[in-house]
Amino acid sequence: MKKNSVDQDVQTLPQKTRSARRLQDRMTIVLFLLPALIFFSIFLVYPVFRSVYYSLFSWKGFGPAVDFIGLNNFKRILTDWIFLKAVRNGLLIVVLSLAIQLPLSLALALMVGRNLRGRAFFRTIFFMPYVLSEVITGIMWLILYNPDPKRGFINAILTLIPGLKAQPWLGDTRTVLLAIFVVLTWKYFGFHMLLYLAGLQNIPPEIEEAALIDGVNKRQMITYITIPLIGSTIRTSVYLSVLGSLQVFALIWIMTKGGPVNASEVMSTYMYRFSFVRFELGYGSAVAIVMLLISLVFSLAYLRLVRQADYLS
Amino acid sequence: MKKYSLVLFLVGILLVSGVFTALAAEAPVTITWWHIQTAEAEKVLWQRLADEYMAAHPNVTIEVLSLENENFKTKLTTVMLSGEPPDIFQSWGGGVMNEYAKAGLLFDITAYLDRDGWRDTFSPGALGVYSFEGKNYGVPRDMGMVGFWYNKDLFAQAGIDNPPTTWSALLEDVQILKDAGITPIAVGEGDKWPGAFWWEYLAVRIGGQAAFDAAYSREGSFTDAPFIEAGEKLQELVALKPFQSGFLGATWGDEATLMGNGEAAMDLMGQWAPGAFADNSIDKLGLGEKAGWFPFPAVEGGAGDPADALGGGNGFVIGINAPQEAVGFLKYISSVDSQIAQAEINLSVPVVKGAEGGLTDPLLKIVQQGAAVAQYFQLYYDQAMPPAVGSVVNDNVQGLFAGTLTPEQAAQAIEDSAAQEIK
Repeated sequence: MKKNSVDQDVQTLPQKTRSARRLQDRMTIVLFLLPALIFFSIFLVYPVFRSVYYSLFSWKGFGPAVDFIGLNNFKRILTDWIFLKAVRNGLLIVVLSLAIQLPLSLALALMVGRNLRGRAFFRTIFFMPYVLSEVITGIMWLILYNPDPKRGFINAILTLIPGLKAQPWLGDTRTVLLAIFVVLTWKYFGFHMLLYLAGLQNIPPEIEEAALIDGVNKRQMITYITIPLIGSTIRTSVYLSVLGSLQVFALIWIMTKGGPVNASEVMSTYMYRFSFVRFELGYGSAVAIVMLLISLVFSLAYLRLVRQADYLS
Repeated sequence: MKKYSLVLFLVGILLVSGVFTALAAEAPVTITWWHIQTAEAEKVLWQRLADEYMAAHPNVTIEVLSLENENFKTKLTTVMLSGEPPDIFQSWGGGVMNEYAKAGLLFDITAYLDRDGWRDTFSPGALGVYSFEGKNYGVPRDMGMVGFWYNKDLFAQAGIDNPPTTWSALLEDVQILKDAGITPIAVGEGDKWPGAFWWEYLAVRIGGQAAFDAAYSREGSFTDAPFIEAGEKLQELVALKPFQSGFLGATWGDEATLMGNGEAAMDLMGQWAPGAFADNSIDKLGLGEKAGWFPFPAVEGGAGDPADALGGGNGFVIGINAPQEAVGFLKYISSVDSQIAQAEINLSVPVVKGAEGGLTDPLLKIVQQGAAVAQYFQLYYDQAMPPAVGSVVNDNVQGLFAGTLTPEQAAQAIEDSAAQEIK
């Protein structure tokens, strides 16, 4: 009723006032967007363009950049086997995350989403690692992984089992990346679990009840009802996981600095080493641009090929 | 009338400006001071000196910040890149300091040093590390050489009577220690610089001053025979597996913990080692009476003199935005009394004349003497050369420790970086 009367009011307004109001609405939108836009430009857009600029120089970070070298930095990046190794390590983390971390999170979400006894408790402790800062997580696991069984908890447990010896988890080029992946999984599975829990809550109980009446078993319920219905959540979670894996930095820098001998090197640690240890900020900027491009290409491709369905539906 | 008011005006200006000058002399200033001493006794000493200075100069406030070594380097890099250096901060001089000086981030204290004979209080070699192109930017507090710190009890337990004097004897002793079930060597190769000492010292022994001078002046190269041979010798050692488990991921702190608790027999390290051993040990006492020291052994057929030393020291430099008072405070902490106090707690091997007596530790006296008499004193490579080359040295020596690089590959990588950076 009330709505009608407002519509009538609007219709009775002269044409001129209506367009003025539309302009006013636009002004309001701009006004509200402005603060965010300013911060976004200063802290994100501007630095990206500065990085692009610096990436064309051999520059140590002090004073203005003067030594223009064109695309030489990029040439050097793409021919440096350590960078290629960093990319490979990054991709390995992505693949492992998708293959292990996400299914694990989903399984746990299905478990604690049900009428399990003490599920609130489990939900809390599973989410707790995500709340810790990356630096604290790194230092904590550094202590847990200590190769000396007298100091490192994990090795202390291992040596209790007959036939097993203490392992230098982070000091061995063969185990270091897996050891780091364990920490990444430990830290982030809770976040993905929470996403899935939210997705599960959006499934109308009627559908599940109807399926039960039709006589589906537990496995069928999960594969034909639950997973398809939280598809958009899964697609979001995959997207976040891939981007997060490509950009992981603090944990690795704290625990290994990308070592030993580049065995746990990823693009971000490589960029950091060149920028802030070797003072090659021009080169470091170029690495940052390459990282940005890789993430951007993935994002665009993923949005176009996979997530488009979510927006259309 | 007009004239009168003009005079009054001028007098007024004079008065006001006079008051301002008087105020300026006593205007409160704040000095920020970053050091890397985290051990309790050392932190306390620095704070005491700051408190004393503040008591004598009520207008000066000194903000002391104690940072762990690696954290310090990270934090300092960030503020330096943003052009806002602390007023007084830890420096090792050499290549990294030169970059800062070139960028105009350091305060030139040459004139202050030349006043009242301040310059003459320092031993010239140590002071020179903190100068670049004839200008001084800071002063040393400590200078010493790298050498072997060893656990005499563990050596005796393995039946080794005298520390080795040649490289092959060192390798034999490593094997003897291993056979006795003792970890021969502690190294924190995750931090890279502790292991780089090995390769650098081997190059000093094998090539002598001539090899480094040739490579650094770009008349020679880091792929010259002595540098490759240094890598080969290092790999002879690595092949014996003499290090603690997980050494490739260990930090300098882990290394000091092992030594301090008597869980490893020896450690190639600088003059700060005994203090760190104590601080990282369970009982906070470190090796104490069990500690011994011997110089890096001679390498058979090497061109270097066995008395040549690899080393360096610590000092403080002044940031470009520092108030004048910062120089006064720097002078205060570089006094003979301060140096004696530092030496007494094994914080510094003194560089100020007359403070040598403060050294109570007989081993540090040997280190001080060794550094003082060395004909050829080589500053650590990662301080002697530009930061990029230093970092490449450290990274590639880690490859030698891990066995993932050949001596030739490591030398080539270092040479490539030197060719690009040293002009």
